[in-house]
Amino acid sequence: MTRNRPTNWTGRDDVMIETAIRRGASRRDLLKMLMASGVALSAGSGLLLRAEKAVAATPVSGGHLKAAGWSASTADTLDPAKASLSTDYVRCTAFYNRLTFLDENGEVQMELADTIETSDAKTWQITLKPDIAFHSGKTLSSADVVYSLKRHLDKSVGSKVNSIAKQMAEIEAVDDLTVKIVLAEPNADLPTILALHHFLIIADGTTDFSTANGTGAFICETFEPGIRSIATKNPNYFKAEGPYLDSFEFFAISDNNARVNALLSGDIQLTGSIKARSLRMLEGQSHVSTSINTAGNYTNLNIRLDLDPGAKAGFVEGMKYLVNREAIQKSVLRGLAEIGNDQPVSAANRYHNSDLKPREFDPERAKSLFEKAGVMGQSIPIVASEAATASIDMAVLVQQAGSEIGMSFDVQRVPSDGYWSNYWLKAPVHFGNINPRPTPDILFSLLYASDAPWNESQFKSETFDKMMVEARGLLDEEKRRAIYWEMQEMVSNEAGTVIPAYISDVDAFSTKLKGLRTNPLGGLMGYSFAEYVWLES
Amino acid sequence: MLRSATTWLLIGQRLGTALITLVIVSFAVFFATELLPGDVAEILLGQAATPEAVTGLREAMGLNEPAILRFLGWLGGLATGDLGTSYVNKVEVADLLAGRLANSLRLAGIVTAICVPLSLSLGIAAAMWRNTLFDRVISVMTISVISVPEFMVATLAVLIFAVWLDWLPALSYGVDVDSLGAMLRAYAMPVITLSFVVSAQMIRMTRAAVIETINTPYVEMALLKGASRARMVLIHALPNALGPIANAVALSLSYLVGGVIIVETVFNYPGVAKLMVDAVSTRDLPLIQSCAMIFCVSYLSLITLADMIAILSNPRLRH
Repeated sequence: MTRNRPTNWTGRDDVMIETAIRRGASRRDLLKMLMASGVALSAGSGLLLRAEKAVAATPVSGGHLKAAGWSASTADTLDPAKASLSTDYVRCTAFYNRLTFLDENGEVQMELADTIETSDAKTWQITLKPDIAFHSGKTLSSADVVYSLKRHLDKSVGSKVNSIAKQMAEIEAVDDLTVKIVLAEPNADLPTILALHHFLIIADGTTDFSTANGTGAFICETFEPGIRSIATKNPNYFKAEGPYLDSFEFFAISDNNARVNALLSGDIQLTGSIKARSLRMLEGQSHVSTSINTAGNYTNLNIRLDLDPGAKAGFVEGMKYLVNREAIQKSVLRGLAEIGNDQPVSAANRYHNSDLKPREFDPERAKSLFEKAGVMGQSIPIVASEAATASIDMAVLVQQAGSEIGMSFDVQRVPSDGYWSNYWLKAPVHFGNINPRPTPDILFSLLYASDAPWNESQFKSETFDKMMVEARGLLDEEKRRAIYWEMQEMVSNEAGTVIPAYISDVDAFSTKLKGLRTNPLGGLMGYSFAEYVWLES
Repeated sequence: MLRSATTWLLIGQRLGTALITLVIVSFAVFFATELLPGDVAEILLGQAATPEAVTGLREAMGLNEPAILRFLGWLGGLATGDLGTSYVNKVEVADLLAGRLANSLRLAGIVTAICVPLSLSLGIAAAMWRNTLFDRVISVMTISVISVPEFMVATLAVLIFAVWLDWLPALSYGVDVDSLGAMLRAYAMPVITLSFVVSAQMIRMTRAAVIETINTPYVEMALLKGASRARMVLIHALPNALGPIANAVALSLSYLVGGVIIVETVFNYPGVAKLMVDAVSTRDLPLIQSCAMIFCVSYLSLITLADMIAILSNPRLRH
């Protein structure tokens, strides 16, 4: 196959094509793409063949997978309500199931639920699939679902999604397999919300999370917080397909280099969150492969509109022109990112407004806007920290661009520890980092509604709030899309949040590992790879 | 008889001082922890820490009592041998610690077993053949080893032995240790890395201490009486150099329990240093305190042991 490679072809191009295929691009699309970039047809089809082989194959059963995450501590938990890190999500989705899940295209699929019905987006009827067994042998019933969902409303549980769950005003069992949920306000997104990792279903009455009793594809054998977990295949799994692995072990290697080395030496077969600078080590290695997933995580520059200098007309707009998005994408994030257009709904989301173009880098225009705001000659502090990915580099880039037009910025680098409680949301100009969320509604109500808990720039607009509530209750997809598109435009133009790029996650894995696809909920197949992947012998 | 009684008194005094030190350290750690921003409820909720969520969780975790009272309660429990329960995952601290401490001690034990005899022999040999080519080679090597930071040694070792040569596993934990060979392979790299760090210091201190005693008149006297070079150093000089050597060894070894965070991180080895870092980042007071106590106890016992060796080997110190 090497014979057919164009001369400047690199491992990263292979990865690009494989990623496109995983995303569902057809062969013809890809050939067109390759032809457009000047690759001869014969060579082009050779490359495709190689990439397709990596994706399409028949699942094989058996084998023991060792996978490594990137963070672990004694706070690791098997309680889905408290799950907060990739490590917890991976374990919990292996042991438990959700009512619904999001597939690789961001569409809602049923998991434990058989149907989810509503006529007004306010009262919902969920019917469960029959005869699903927990690992303990108990049969799944509506009581388990009611218990699992109601826990999020209990303050003493410490649920991470308490603010989202609060809208479920009534949760009750109608019969053994039917649950009725009444929402405080209509919300057509409920099936997507139930696909969040925290809404995994546990058995009624569970309070001890030293081990996991779920319906999931794997049974928890060992769980040592901060060290590792070992899981074995659930022989009574309710899905027709999977799991393929006999067992899988999961632990975390927090050091990026150690993670890459462990993969290269064959000690693990799958890991994620590979930093751009390590990609070179993986390129040209025939036994490892990578998958790039841009789910919508971003680091943004927040300018509070209620404090100086953000309160001065023109300052925020000036900053949006002063941020060199291309340089951030190319140099700071080394190409592992998609350029953003100052709003939080990324291209991975089906409601992404593709008409909204990113702003150009235009220092002269920024200068005239700064002059209008009357901030020239002042030194503006920008707070950055390691806690917000790549924010220090971004801040320095803004500082340099500023110095060229005579605008001075003072980059204040502060420690990671305590950043979220002491600086984030508080400093007049600072950086934030937001994880991907599955729906525009969650993003907007969390980050941009007037009463949003994380209103990073203190953006307040009554029109925006009204549109948000209206779209939330709409069952008509087209109308919803139109409203969400307009809301994205409003955020992009009016809010004080500069979102320069959506950062990609890079998973790396042994070429023996098959079946891994991208997912809008994040890397490692939305952290739920365990039941879908298999190992070739 | 009288002499031995004084010795016991001295040892008793040492132990008493050690106990007081422990209590002081414990208070210092408590106040330092209080200076850190945020508490365990805020940290656990992370970005989702709204005021009412924090209040709710604090109440559920029993954190409403003032921190100092909780700390004194823990200290009281410690006196009865109870290390308390972790705030974060409600597991007994003793259970969390047991496995990790065993891992740390195993690693420290292997390193000690290799490094102490090796360093002492090299240090004494270098002193015996002072200013020869052998001595210079040892000096240059120890200086180079001290100057290279351990994360570099560790990362290079992984790159060479695990990635390029594929002789050893890149991780030391989570690989199947089912035979002696597998265990040796798993421990080889962390042990080599740590040996680099701790041996160099011991070699240099041993050499210096022995040379100092060789220069004293009584050793010269031994030489003049016709004792061989080996006899002069081993029988006459060494006993008097034991005190400083024991101290150098103790200082180097005390590092092996709590100071090996880099090695634990690079080789993904679950020891107590990593546990302490976790505890601090989640503000888990009982766990922080228990780890601190372990580091302190291991340090104090090594230093006390070294002092005792010094006292027993040097009669002058007993008075």
